[in-house]
Amino acid sequence: MTSKKRILELRFSSDPKRLKMVRDEVQQSIGRLKCTKKLVSDLIIAVNEACMNIMVHAYKGDRSGEIVLEISDNGGEIEVVLTDFADPIDLRSIDPIGSRELDHLRPGGLGTHFMKETMDECAYAHLKDNHGNVLRMTKRFVS
Amino acid sequence: MTYEVQLTGDVDLSCSPEARQVILACLGRGHHTLVDLSKVTYIDSSGVASLVEGFQMAKKKELHFGLIDVSEVAMNVIELARLDKVFPIHADVRARLEADG
Repeated sequence: MTSKKRILELRFSSDPKRLKMVRDEVQQSIGRLKCTKKLVSDLIIAVNEACMNIMVHAYKGDRSGEIVLEISDNGGEIEVVLTDFADPIDLRSIDPIGSRELDHLRPGGLGTHFMKETMDECAYAHLKDNHGNVLRMTKRFVS
Repeated sequence: MTYEVQLTGDVDLSCSPEARQVILACLGRGHHTLVDLSKVTYIDSSGVASLVEGFQMAKKKELHFGLIDVSEVAMNVIELARLDKVFPIHADVRARLEADG
């Protein structure tokens, strides 16, 4: 049985000005795991893009929403869970994985691509009673 | 005339709209535009999208749009977006002018 160790738990507003703080916190906490620079960079990118998507698509620019970030070490696998309390998103509308035509790029249009490129798995779900959304991302690493 | 726009620090959702505005304003005035990314310490998809919009607008207006002196951090993200083969990327302004012959 693999033990799960919480590395980071952050609650912050859906204000883009909070993104730098989030990136810095992720860097500090993941940096303590003695993993590669690339892994740290990949996680920062994935978390930043996921938070951006929540701010833009879930909260639709409303800066008073709440986002919860939890990062855990599941014994060789990093788990990132992001929770928001906005209206449930249409899971079918999430951009498909893979590269996109240049003409279709828009602010945030690359975000899902970045997340898929940097993480092993990304899965969206709705909170119970449709009171929000949860994104779970995982990445295996060797310490 | 060529305008040079320098982006500095973290170019993320909190400030990428301003970067976009400046880049598009330069192109809107009919100027070739180069974006210096040497001092960029982080750039996210919204920042990259601003560069893409600049590239698309320049193409429509038959102007040159390129990146110069791209920092390692910025280049990693541009490669992740698979745009390193799309954007003209120059070491510096002189290299860009020499490329014109």
